[in-house]
Amino acid sequence: MHDHESAQDNLRLFRWRKQRVNINKVKTGLIAAAVGMASLVAAPAVMAADGQFVGSLVYRTGPYAPGGIPWADGFADYINLLNERDGGINGVKLDLEECDTAYNTDKGVECYERMKGNGPTGMPAVMPLSTGVTYALLDRVVADKIPLITSGYGRADGADGTVFPYVFVPPATYWGGADIAINYIASEEGGYGNLKGKKVALVYHDSAYGKEPIKTLEALAGQHGFELSLFPVPHPGLEQKATWLKIGRQLRPDYVLMWGWGVMNATAIKEAAAVNFPREKFIGVWWSGNDADMVPAGKAAVGYKSLQFNGVGADFDVHKMIKTVLYGNNKGSAKSVDGIGEVAYNRGLQSAVILTEALRSAMGEFGNKPMTGEQVQWAMDRLDITEARLKDLGAEGLFDPIKLSCSDHQGKGRAKVTQWDGKQWKAISDWIEPNSSMLRGMYVESAAAYAKEKGITPRDCK
Amino acid sequence: MRVERDVIYIIFASLLLMVIIPWSAGMLSEDIFFEWPFFFEVAIGGLLAGVMYSLVALGFVLIFKASGVFNFAQGAMVLFSALTLVGLNEMGLPMWLSIIATLIVMLILAIAIERVVLRSLVNQEHIILFMATIGIAYFLDGFGQTIWGSEVKLLDLGFSQNPDFYFGGLILINDFDLIAAGIAGVLVIALALFFQYTRIGRALRAVADDHQAALSVGIPLKHIWVIVWAVAGIVALVAGIMWGSKLGVQFSLALIALKALPVLILGGFTSVPGAIIGGLIIGAGEKLAEVFIAPMIGGGIEDWFAYMLALAFLVFRPQGLFGEKIIERV
Repeated sequence: MHDHESAQDNLRLFRWRKQRVNINKVKTGLIAAAVGMASLVAAPAVMAADGQFVGSLVYRTGPYAPGGIPWADGFADYINLLNERDGGINGVKLDLEECDTAYNTDKGVECYERMKGNGPTGMPAVMPLSTGVTYALLDRVVADKIPLITSGYGRADGADGTVFPYVFVPPATYWGGADIAINYIASEEGGYGNLKGKKVALVYHDSAYGKEPIKTLEALAGQHGFELSLFPVPHPGLEQKATWLKIGRQLRPDYVLMWGWGVMNATAIKEAAAVNFPREKFIGVWWSGNDADMVPAGKAAVGYKSLQFNGVGADFDVHKMIKTVLYGNNKGSAKSVDGIGEVAYNRGLQSAVILTEALRSAMGEFGNKPMTGEQVQWAMDRLDITEARLKDLGAEGLFDPIKLSCSDHQGKGRAKVTQWDGKQWKAISDWIEPNSSMLRGMYVESAAAYAKEKGITPRDCK
Repeated sequence: MRVERDVIYIIFASLLLMVIIPWSAGMLSEDIFFEWPFFFEVAIGGLLAGVMYSLVALGFVLIFKASGVFNFAQGAMVLFSALTLVGLNEMGLPMWLSIIATLIVMLILAIAIERVVLRSLVNQEHIILFMATIGIAYFLDGFGQTIWGSEVKLLDLGFSQNPDFYFGGLILINDFDLIAAGIAGVLVIALALFFQYTRIGRALRAVADDHQAALSVGIPLKHIWVIVWAVAGIVALVAGIMWGSKLGVQFSLALIALKALPVLILGGFTSVPGAIIGGLIIGAGEKLAEVFIAPMIGGGIEDWFAYMLALAFLVFRPQGLFGEKIIERV
């Protein structure tokens, strides 16, 4: 009897516990549902705004977040500066919305599709911050009449505005970058005449992006008589020992150029140090020159050089304004004020300047109201950010002036060479202009091939 | 451990091929530079890189031995442990205390995984457990970055990273690679002893064979799982420290699991010595291939070559070099 009662008690206890578990499950479910509902309720608040919508494709997460975060912060800080200080552009408030692509092409396209119709006039321009997303959007932006602005990435032949009316590639392209790197090496060696017989190696991310400079470098090697060796590194480039043994112990080149990305950059610099290759002879493109790439490389990165299409430092007037107006009032996007001035941050600033100056120019023509993509395309076709205008913006010396036209969607395409001193980048050259006559021919030839393949009739820019 | 004779033959044959193929390539092609000191430099560099792959592979082996499950989350655990270590260190904790605190965090994580995920999946199909580890991987990737941020962080434990010349100045070896190999060696020996000579080690092997049978003879499955996930967490921390010192602590650390997979295929999923021998063969094989074969076909082959090499071994040893032979009679 006693045992029976005990068993009954145990059964009751078991049922009670089971009920408790179920109640807890219900509670957890309710909390999850509440959180989900809250996020759904919060989302339309952004869409309901009637200012100028600005959609920003960023990657604050994923394997490339270390380079994506400062860019996103720089872009957001400049937009917020205009809002806080000037009330937007000509009284039109800017409504910034970020969409995190995690640097995935599919997510990037999804972000574009989700945001392109937001705000009263839709997205005025898209800056995908990824060559993959750029390629995926090439046809869509023409159909949607939304300018595609790719600063320092994407299709180099987008510089030909006759074939690509909706693609803009200021301030520089990879082809121009390759030419600038060789130009700099020539100046180090005492002139192009001394390049004959020199060995130049290219270490590149084995992808469409990494292969971009090869055509230009091969043409330059033919012209100037240097020997070009190619070293592809498979994605993601975590391990490069064999590549660097070949470079440092076998080929022993005079210079190494790098078109790297993400973790590949720091690994390459460390492996260069491991085979004693002098970092002063090692020059990366701008995507191999983020502060975030230098941190893990530590002491090995001292002396390493990188091209930059924007100036370096955090002491320009625009930085001071951002510090005072935003960070002084806890409205900055970066975790700390120390993040201001990283090269990727300055690149984000530059992209924001290009977009907002185009918006300002478009408003000058079409009135002070939110602009459509088509109106911004009109403005981009004649964008003219002069030295004087940069001075007004507090960015004189930080960015190179940009002047575009119907047919020229790149501008001068200049870049500087910078060197890492262990803590920060230091500019060691003035703006270097690429050989525009040679490159223009290459852009036009490549764009014409694209037009033929796609059946595009180039527009008349005369 | 008794090593089967055909395993010795296969290892010997592969070593011979690793010498003959590069030498022949050097003789046949003008594009390929072959000198014996350079060959040994590449081979030693590859062996040392292979040890770094083994460090990651060990974590997979531990979980597989105890549960028969391929732990998709091992790469994420490496990232999570390294992020936690550097995060705690940045908060002001001295490095030694940060390491201890991270070990405690990994223990808590192991308990949480057992309580929340594994407990209700006892005796389920292995594919269910595998899918659960995919969930754990995504959770850890996101959770780690939410807490500690996505910025790249420097992990400098003061290991020398300078290149030094050995053998009369003929062969260059990086100090860091030697230190990493030493640490991995100690870890492997400790784990091998743990599995071979402790009661827990024997219990782990019993659980791997059959959950229900192990339970029926009184082996506490839940405790075993906590222990093995905790040990895998410790291995992940060691791998995270070594790879984090090399690459910086960043999201890409989670991707090093990709380098461990061919090691596991080749060495076998259930063998600690297999992980180390597999790592050495994959490391040396892929580096020699990249230097002495790749120039003939355009370069950049080392990643896929590692997988091809592992698959070639499977032709001769379907269970991997040191994997357990499965004989099921119908």
